[in-house]
Amino acid sequence: MAILLEVRNLRTQFLTDDGLIKAVDDVSYHIDEKEIIGVVGESGCGKSVTQLSVMRLITPPGKITSGQIIFEGDDLMKYEANGPEMRSIRGAKIAMIFQEPMTSLNPVLTIGRQLTETLELHLKMGKSAANRRAAELLDMVGIPCADTRLGDYPHQFSGGMRQRAMIAMALSCNPRLVIADEPTTALDVTTQAQLLELMKALVEEFHSALVIVTHNLGVVARYAQRIYIMYAGRIVESGTCKDIFRSPRHPYTMGLLNCVPRIDDREGRELEAIKGLPPNLGRLPGQCAFLPRCEHAVDRCRVEPWPELQAVADGHHTRCFVNPPGMTG
Amino acid sequence: MTTYIIRRLLLGIVVLIVASIFVFLMVHVLPGDPLWVVLGENYINYSQEELDELRHVYGLDKPLIGQYFDWLGSLLKGDLGESIVYQVPVIDLLKRRLPVTLNLAVLALLISTICGLGLGVIAAIRRGKWSDTVVSVGANLGITLPNFWVGIVFIYIFAYKLGWLPTYGYTSPFDDFVTHLKMLIGPVLCLSVFGMAAQTRQTRSSMLEVAHQDYIRTAWSKGLTERVIVIRHMVKNGLIPVVTTMGMQVSFMFGGAVLVETVFNIPGIGRMMADGIGMRDYPVVQGGVLLMAVVIVLTNLVVDMAYAWLDPRIRYSYR
Ligand SMILES: Nc1ncnc2c1ncn2[C@@H]1O[C@H](COP(=O)(O)OP(=O)(O)OP(=O)(O)O)[C@@H](O)[C@H]1O
Ligand SMILES: [Mg+2]
Repeated sequence: MAILLEVRNLRTQFLTDDGLIKAVDDVSYHIDEKEIIGVVGESGCGKSVTQLSVMRLITPPGKITSGQIIFEGDDLMKYEANGPEMRSIRGAKIAMIFQEPMTSLNPVLTIGRQLTETLELHLKMGKSAANRRAAELLDMVGIPCADTRLGDYPHQFSGGMRQRAMIAMALSCNPRLVIADEPTTALDVTTQAQLLELMKALVEEFHSALVIVTHNLGVVARYAQRIYIMYAGRIVESGTCKDIFRSPRHPYTMGLLNCVPRIDDREGRELEAIKGLPPNLGRLPGQCAFLPRCEHAVDRCRVEPWPELQAVADGHHTRCFVNPPGMTG
Repeated sequence: MTTYIIRRLLLGIVVLIVASIFVFLMVHVLPGDPLWVVLGENYINYSQEELDELRHVYGLDKPLIGQYFDWLGSLLKGDLGESIVYQVPVIDLLKRRLPVTLNLAVLALLISTICGLGLGVIAAIRRGKWSDTVVSVGANLGITLPNFWVGIVFIYIFAYKLGWLPTYGYTSPFDDFVTHLKMLIGPVLCLSVFGMAAQTRQTRSSMLEVAHQDYIRTAWSKGLTERVIVIRHMVKNGLIPVVTTMGMQVSFMFGGAVLVETVFNIPGIGRMMADGIGMRDYPVVQGGVLLMAVVIVLTNLVVDMAYAWLDPRIRYSYR
């Protein structure tokens, strides 16, 4: 299948009072048309910054210092961040759903207005056509009495409904790529599942590709075809969903898997969180950033620099010397 | 929404009642005989018996609370007493002088709000560029300069040195419009400097705060232009604190009017109050303070309604 977006060697850094923070460091990944991928990692590992970089939404003190973002064959880095080319891509070809449903909608504009503005801008619809379409979109994401709720303000919607409205907004111009940045983290488990099902169904209907960003491997298990695991601004393992769940090769991935309850678990395995905290991205050592928390580390890890991603199987890569065999595989 | 307005209205009435009690007590609690307020300079010519007699006639021998209600009653009928110095009803004085001060204050408020908003938005959008620096330094200066000092410097340069404008005074627009405008430039400018500076700073900081909100990032992610983001998504949110500043401006304007009208010798409410205090013309001072209280309460009401218009969360929380 054709590649829709390919990110090559992306580096995004923040120059702060605490020094240079390498939030995204040499990250490469791709997503095919109509594919669903997961980007997984603990809080603060650079998932959001990666996605915002793709949209060219990084603002000072942040800066994309190098890399290519090839979307439909064009390198988006050629374009000015808020120039006409990027503006015609944002919202129209690449749409984003943000983490916080409570604060990501403008409190003083009606839901209807926030839906119609992209329709008017990108699809050149008139006011009444845009309104009609907005009602259809709300109906499509499962908001009852959609046409009467167009005049509501965000505070009149519950968290789940706001996130539904965000999904409607993101899909409104039939984008090629939808980036959902922890779309369900702030919601309860039942709503989470409903929204993920909804998103999956809708991107299929719209033939869009979907990036699901999350810190919970369990969330993407059912939906993503491939998964990228991020740690300390880098991708530490990538592979198909099956690779990651059946034969994880990076100790960090194993740690993440240990936090996920599994239905097929017969041995009564104990759920446990990874010990320790993620490193400070401003003061990374030359060695593997996971070293201080790693249970499989060998001497080589302590003296040699962090290795590059290496293929362990076709389409399965990991950034580890040890490559301990996976838990089940 | 209606509940919200009714609540605000009731609150305004409470404030007015409290203000009226203060104004009433001003004369009755301060040292000195309240009869002075009625008799003025002639007070010393009366004998003790005559004074007692008069005290009875004016109801001043009643308990204080009764006197307050008598006074309030006549107040509501529009009777604010008579000026000791000018020997005319205070209400007539107010009627004659209010338009002058309103003219001054409304113009100053308009100028300071419009310029302050514009400059604040520009400074926020051009954050860190030289235009932001110029505006911010200017605004900080404007806040620290006392307006009477600006007035004196203004008169010195434009009236005394250059002779472009009259030094002081006031001409009604109906008598001579051009002279009226010329005479207004100085006082309006002095009165607006502080407000403009305060408004610029408030607008700049609230726009900068709004710019960092998540929903602005959402707006950028939709491909909107900066213009649309500023006008549609930022201004209305940024206006909420700005409206608060505007409400406070109105009280400042009246305080400032006392000084500016004195410096420029303009026959408005401010000068009337200043003169009234100087000449112990209590009824005039009482009338002036009450009028200010009414103006401030009305302004607050307008501000509260503006909040409701700007922020749907307020509009809907009182349904
Ligand atoms: N505006 C900013 N200024 C300075 N540092 C920033 C900024 N935005 C992000 N960072 C840094 O970049 C790092 C990665 O942040 P990012 O938001 O991408 O994390 P994340 O993986 O999305 O985490 P979460 O799960 O909490 O959303 C953080 O450690 C943070 O310190
Ligand atoms: Mg994030």
